[in-house]
Amino acid sequence: MTKASLATVWLDGCSGCHMSFLDMDGRLLDIAGRANIVYSPLVDVKEFPQNVDVTLVEGAVSSEDDLEKIKMVRSRTKILVSLGDCAVTSNVPGMRNPYGPAQLLQRAYIENVTINAQLPGPLVPKLLAQSRPVHKYVDVDVFLPGCPPTADQIFWVVDELLAGRIPDTTTMSRFGT
Amino acid sequence: MSEIIIDPVTRIEGHSRISIQLDDRGQVVDAHFHVTQFRGFERISQGRPFHEMPALMARICGICPVSHLIASAKACEEVMGVSIPPVAVRLRRVMNLAQIVQSHALSFFHLSSPDLLLGFDADPAGRNFLGVAEAAPQLALDGVAIRKFGQQIIERLGGKRIHPGWIVPGGVSHPLEAEQRDEILAGIPEALERVRRTLSWYKANVAGWADEAAVFANFPTLYMGLVHDDGNIGYTDGDMRVIDGTGKILADHRDPKPYWDYLGESVEPWSYLKSTYWKDLGYPEGLYRVGPLARLNVIDQFGTAEADDELGQYRDRLGRYPASSFYYHHARLLEMLDCIHSIAANLSDPGILDKRVRAVAEPNRSEGVGVSEAPRGTLLHHYRVDENGQVEWANLIIATGHNNLAMNRGVLEVARKYVHGTQIPEGMLNRVEAVIRCFDPCLSCSTHAIGEMPLKLQLLAADGQILDELAR
Repeated sequence: MTKASLATVWLDGCSGCHMSFLDMDGRLLDIAGRANIVYSPLVDVKEFPQNVDVTLVEGAVSSEDDLEKIKMVRSRTKILVSLGDCAVTSNVPGMRNPYGPAQLLQRAYIENVTINAQLPGPLVPKLLAQSRPVHKYVDVDVFLPGCPPTADQIFWVVDELLAGRIPDTTTMSRFGT
Repeated sequence: MSEIIIDPVTRIEGHSRISIQLDDRGQVVDAHFHVTQFRGFERISQGRPFHEMPALMARICGICPVSHLIASAKACEEVMGVSIPPVAVRLRRVMNLAQIVQSHALSFFHLSSPDLLLGFDADPAGRNFLGVAEAAPQLALDGVAIRKFGQQIIERLGGKRIHPGWIVPGGVSHPLEAEQRDEILAGIPEALERVRRTLSWYKANVAGWADEAAVFANFPTLYMGLVHDDGNIGYTDGDMRVIDGTGKILADHRDPKPYWDYLGESVEPWSYLKSTYWKDLGYPEGLYRVGPLARLNVIDQFGTAEADDELGQYRDRLGRYPASSFYYHHARLLEMLDCIHSIAANLSDPGILDKRVRAVAEPNRSEGVGVSEAPRGTLLHHYRVDENGQVEWANLIIATGHNNLAMNRGVLEVARKYVHGTQIPEGMLNRVEAVIRCFDPCLSCSTHAIGEMPLKLQLLAADGQILDELAR
């Protein structure tokens, strides 16, 4: 039997979910022994590979780059996990939705500056009108809320998925904590 | 004219790309570091109750939430007009020190040690932390254990490792228990041993990185950091000191509040990350650096004996004001040593278990500025609130923004040294990225991933023809 493949990606989040993933500490090496980490903070990869068994996604979909990336990741992944509140609900990135990107950009790059007030572009990705959860754009197989989910919760979900079972996360974590 | 794009930059904490512009002869004419994420915290905080700010601001960054919690809480305490209980000052220090330890471990071991151990030109397929674990298991285990040491302290104090809700306007939410204190103290000797072992390894190998150290953002700049009255490092509650490249003090024990009098912010059209500059020297000449290298340049001493002995050796070797950003790595190791000793000293204070840990007040002022050192440099949070305590306006100056001009110049310097013509050696690319890794930029904090993401690079001629292509 070939080893399973595992990937983690980051969209519009704070990296806290990836930090919680690293907080598995020594258990990371256990996971690395059971699955090839084909795309993540810990491995060099050429590009997001085809036929990935499990991908954990942190962050909301907020920019054109995020959207392009999540569609590509979904098309190459068997089981997609929305990891943490930003992926599940858009959470803090979604707090901008009542205003829209123009007001955000105005505050940061026109008002709160001393010189060279201007909107960045075109070499940076355009913000989408709204910051949305991952499942608004692509199918998601497993949801793990939390800000961030704890290392124990992440380990349990990955452990179950690597054992070929879809974990029931409905009672294991809650939003915000 | 052609352009090289490195997209995204890898093994750093955030989304970014680098572009390098070449002239017709293939010589580097310019280079830029582009940060590609933006969330707009300065706008979304508008209308929130001020006491909600620390918890919201923590979400700027999952790596250094504690520093944001502290800077934010301090800004709120100015709004409240209170001074917080002394034990709360000490407890916050302990949590900030623990965070510096864990974040420095991530930067040094997980993100940068593959370059240092395996080589800047090593095969990218194995040039990662798992490759380090195979080649030097003790180094990797020390990295995991030191990071865990810091994260566990945060959990023991605040109930969770990331985004603890424990630092609140007025102090901390609950006191320390003797059991937690003793558990933390019990882990000190082992953590010290692991840092000492790593430092010995670094010092034994540093001569081999002389070429990189010579060109990795190696130029004099101003330096900024927080120091105490006695010249000791002041990560959590020191005052601001700014020096020039020769050590001349330009500002000392400065209240951060009128930062707008001396720090300017500029927008670069190619990046979501703003650049901060020292107004007296103007833009872009007023570039300065923050973070471990800068802190070691501005302080007189750490204030803990073993770290000060190491600092003396560091200065003997590199001079009093080292200018190469490569030495951020060395500075990070020394700070880890100091932070661990300092955690032990703070926890050994007889008042550390005091139960009065929080001051309570309604808003009494309309404006507040809070400052703290994050692992990667000084943070400033500035809020204005209405009579009900709702935030009307906020401005945030983040560590990585202070370093933006220096990072951009560093990328240009390394590209000029290693990039020539139409062939693109992979090791060159990695060095251009590695200069960024020295700064340990927190791009969530300005915008963060710990990313080993794919890298694609095309060298295009003026007519769009692909001259060379590289991917990993």
